[in-house]
Amino acid sequence: MKAFAYHQPGQIPEAAKLLAAEPDSKLVAGGMTLIPTLKQRLASPPALIDLSKLPGLKGCTDNDATITIGAMTTHAEVAKSSLVRARIPALAALASQIGDPSVRNRGTICGSVANNDPAADYPAGVLGLAATIITNEREIAADNFFRGLFETALKPGEIITAVRFPVPLLAGYAKFKAPASRYALVGVFVAKFRDGVRVAVTGAGPGVFRVPPMEHALSQGFDPASIAAIRIDTDNLTSDIHAEADYRAHLVTVMAKRAVQAALSERPAS
Amino acid sequence: MQISFTLNGRPTSVDVAPSMLVTELLREHLNLTGTHIGCDTSQCGACVVHLNGAPVKSCTLLAPALDGATLLTIEGLQGAPGSNRLHPMQEAFRENHGLQCGFCTPGMVMTAVALAQDKGVLTEAEVRHGLEGNICRCTGYQNIVVSVMAGAAAMHAANAGE
Repeated sequence: MKAFAYHQPGQIPEAAKLLAAEPDSKLVAGGMTLIPTLKQRLASPPALIDLSKLPGLKGCTDNDATITIGAMTTHAEVAKSSLVRARIPALAALASQIGDPSVRNRGTICGSVANNDPAADYPAGVLGLAATIITNEREIAADNFFRGLFETALKPGEIITAVRFPVPLLAGYAKFKAPASRYALVGVFVAKFRDGVRVAVTGAGPGVFRVPPMEHALSQGFDPASIAAIRIDTDNLTSDIHAEADYRAHLVTVMAKRAVQAALSERPAS
Repeated sequence: MQISFTLNGRPTSVDVAPSMLVTELLREHLNLTGTHIGCDTSQCGACVVHLNGAPVKSCTLLAPALDGATLLTIEGLQGAPGSNRLHPMQEAFRENHGLQCGFCTPGMVMTAVALAQDKGVLTEAEVRHGLEGNICRCTGYQNIVVSVMAGAAAMHAANAGE
């Protein structure tokens, strides 16, 4: 690891100012992706800006229609939150399947969202639930936020402070894990709202994406059988040592069916 | 930068570079070599320590994160106060042959203790899910799972007896 300066700002405007002053700096939340990246020298920023001392970025709150989760809330905290478990159990189940217990104690929701790893779990939950990403400058709809491989709509100097999730009627998440990394080879998040169904897929391609034919079919009938015959196109899917695009396409249908089943039984899917 | 934290019950203050990893701080500077470095990529769990009571991988933790915190390493685990005995989880690993070469053992024990503290008596499924971040190349896990279930039961019984 190359040497870097280390800042621990106490207020968000101070953090934003530090980031603006040195645009190649990196924000560090839980560090579960950034620290391995630094160790491999895939990045060598001049400074890290540690967000852990900023006030008000942890915890879950709700109102009638939404749950808001602070940026620095860890996966373990979301998985255990009685609020999230009661109102969006599928999101708590998603958080409980990320990495392993030690990783879940450090990794944060918005670290994952900002990183937008193509095989991360949270992007599927955020897009599937039509969440809103709240930054120090503005609010961004999930549909406009994820821009492909590790890319998001965040501008230089922008810091995520929270994510706001609409509470669905039903939701489910199903993930086929890569056994060594526990990342999603394919993960599918399905959410049923009063005005329709959303289906978001992670792991299968260069970034999280929705599947309109499945959304349409599930809006007609929210049942695994409604989508059993829908197979997605392999054109934009990933082929690598873990799986060919064709197999990933197959898994999207299988995981989508399991996610619907999980939503109907409101139990965590494996 | 200067950081101060509680290490295995003792106040500790050290000067570190911000890029220093906690594994390096423990092993090279504080002479606590029970925390092992296996993969060094946060996969294997040989480096698990408890930060403010929660298990974390110290190979993927920068030293500044310790400032103001409470850290417990494998050296800080002990049996009943005043006794010179092993912690019940360590005793269970010995009793049930939960190790062969022993390299992964400190991390396994630290993860297992946190799991037992969190959930009390454990089922086999809970143990296997809880140990997902700890890799063993010798045992095939069977005796580790048996050890963790026995250790958790012993910890639970010890608490109930207090």
